[in-house]
Amino acid sequence: MTFNAAALLLLILGLALIGWLAGRARSAMLAGRAGRKLHSRPQYHGWYVALWLFAPAAIFLAVWTSASPALITNQVLTTPAAESLPAFGFERGAILSDARSVAQGQQAAVRLPAAAPLVKPYAEATAHYAWIGIAAMLALALAGGAYAFTRIRPEFRARTRVERIVMLLLLLASLVAILTTFGIVLSLLFESLRFFSLVPVSELLFGTYWNPQSGAPVADTFGGIPLFWGTVLIGAIIAMLVAIPIGMMSAVYLTQYAAPRVRRWVKPCLEILAGVPTVVYGYFAALTVAPALRNFAVMLGVPNASTESALAAGIVMGVMIIPFVSSMADDSINAVPQAMRDGSLALGATPNETIRQVLIPAALPGVMGGILLAVSRAIGETMIVVMAAGLSANLTANPFASVTTVTAQIVKLLTGDQEFDSAKTLAAFALGLVLFLVTLLLNIVALRIVKKYREAYE
Amino acid sequence: MTQDDLTIADPKMKAEGVDVFYGDKQAIKDVSIDVGTDLVTAFIGPSGCGKSTFLRSLNRMNDTVASARVTGRITLDGEDIYAPSMDVVQLRARVGMVFQKPNPFPKSIYDNVAYGPRIHGLAAAKADLDSIVERALVRAGLWDEVKDRLGESGTALSGGQQQRLCIARAIAVDPEVILMDEPCSALDPIATAKIEELIHELRGKYAIVIVTHNMQQAARVSQRTAFFHLGTLVEYGKTTDIFTNPKQDRTKDYITGRYG
Repeated sequence: MTFNAAALLLLILGLALIGWLAGRARSAMLAGRAGRKLHSRPQYHGWYVALWLFAPAAIFLAVWTSASPALITNQVLTTPAAESLPAFGFERGAILSDARSVAQGQQAAVRLPAAAPLVKPYAEATAHYAWIGIAAMLALALAGGAYAFTRIRPEFRARTRVERIVMLLLLLASLVAILTTFGIVLSLLFESLRFFSLVPVSELLFGTYWNPQSGAPVADTFGGIPLFWGTVLIGAIIAMLVAIPIGMMSAVYLTQYAAPRVRRWVKPCLEILAGVPTVVYGYFAALTVAPALRNFAVMLGVPNASTESALAAGIVMGVMIIPFVSSMADDSINAVPQAMRDGSLALGATPNETIRQVLIPAALPGVMGGILLAVSRAIGETMIVVMAAGLSANLTANPFASVTTVTAQIVKLLTGDQEFDSAKTLAAFALGLVLFLVTLLLNIVALRIVKKYREAYE
Repeated sequence: MTQDDLTIADPKMKAEGVDVFYGDKQAIKDVSIDVGTDLVTAFIGPSGCGKSTFLRSLNRMNDTVASARVTGRITLDGEDIYAPSMDVVQLRARVGMVFQKPNPFPKSIYDNVAYGPRIHGLAAAKADLDSIVERALVRAGLWDEVKDRLGESGTALSGGQQQRLCIARAIAVDPEVILMDEPCSALDPIATAKIEELIHELRGKYAIVIVTHNMQQAARVSQRTAFFHLGTLVEYGKTTDIFTNPKQDRTKDYITGRYG
């Protein structure tokens, strides 16, 4: 007898359906007998019963599913058969998990001989707790259902209660995203603290040599400067040199010159570009742009030209960011009051002079906000740099050379067989924390600028 | 409508049979009017009567509205302003405009006034530009208030100062005609009085056309008044005649506050 959470969930859903039907029927019947109108329509009474039946049992199910393995193991450890187990460590865990797998039918026979005597205690404990769990869950479901069922009266305000419960569910749903973000930050923070207990913060932030090795941390191999430089070179310099002029020009064209018909076609096309998966950009960069750039560099006689280059990754990333910059610039230019444009045109300025000297300067704060958001996206972008920029941490200003970025290194540090307690692996979390803080800061500054600017023209 | 007693020998601008359409809707029907060189001409009438639309057709600001279409003939010094040979940039340099809501650029006071002279290349050297800016600000009656802070943003001024800055900006390109589209409607009475005083001082140097909702204002600042109603020009005459002895019943009803 095992505790099958999915089957039990179906069971209480079935009970809830019965509760719904019963609650609805009872409310209608009571109303008919008393000869008065129901406060809430019958299905609200049904929902009230069903929710009371389902919610406590489902919450119990969730808690029990995560708590029962520990309870089972505890019980097994009190049996005489467990006395021969090694005190701690990996072997003890392996024996226990082997025995559990056999006892719960996930594998046919034990792989470790030491696990054999533990199979029977495990099976007993599992069955024991499964019965307890099922009984408790059913009792909760029936108690909840019965409580709700007996409260049904014609004047009972089932609708307001159901609506309150639904609102609670919505609140829980919105909390999930926030709590998850919070959890991610905490886990980043704790792993980073472990890293910084092995390697000083100053080394990661200011060291210039990056070559992390497995095992005990070697001094001066965790210098993050080459990665930060690579990130800035690709995401904030090359990508922006591509994205800002092209994005701005396309925004100017779309807002000032394009006929409505053209705008109707071009704008969605740009937005589709924003929806292309970045891995597609990645192989475009790696297979098409990078080799072409290398040939070009060789032709120019640039030393160290490699097929993986900062330029290839940066250019493609810039193209990826164009729709972003263009749509932010589009919004900002549109937000400049028509009166400003009229004022300039009425002085005899051409549309071109008006755009260059009045509209763009007036839209600049908003455009700047958009550019900062674009930068924060670019430095967090991973696939393109992994595929096209390379993994060698060079501190170079040569755009044709291979460089690496924070994100690419995180991928490199965490892929493959890794121990999760070496400085090398933990470095990924520290890098992630740095990246998170920088993008957070950029986003906050950018959103403040955009907000301030929007207020100015209202 | 007779114009015998107010014939203008050499009109600065002349409109003949002008119709303005927005898409299929006709906003202005068959308007003919002369704008005198040394005069202030006021356009009055109830909201939506087309007076602003007509004003904006005098410097082709309606060109910026895609659906707008102007027929008939409007001339500036005898030249058809809608002729293909007319450069709209040149036209707007000669026929300046001040808008209902002050709309200084988000630049310094100096740069606001210098904007027009710069784009038209009116000043060869920095010193020339300085004197153009100073002269424009003096004429707009703003110089004494801003001479020590020309580098500050034009948008930081008060509403009335902003509107005078916009007038200075228009004057700086040395236009022949200044169109004012309800220039005081966003201002308080004191700022309004200053603008009206300014209009008196500018009269004679520029031909001025002012659209206003405020009939007292029209009576105070103008020598000629045109009354518009439902897209037509109902009556045009000397301001004193329009306000004391209107020939049309509709004008009389409007003047006496029967509607509008």
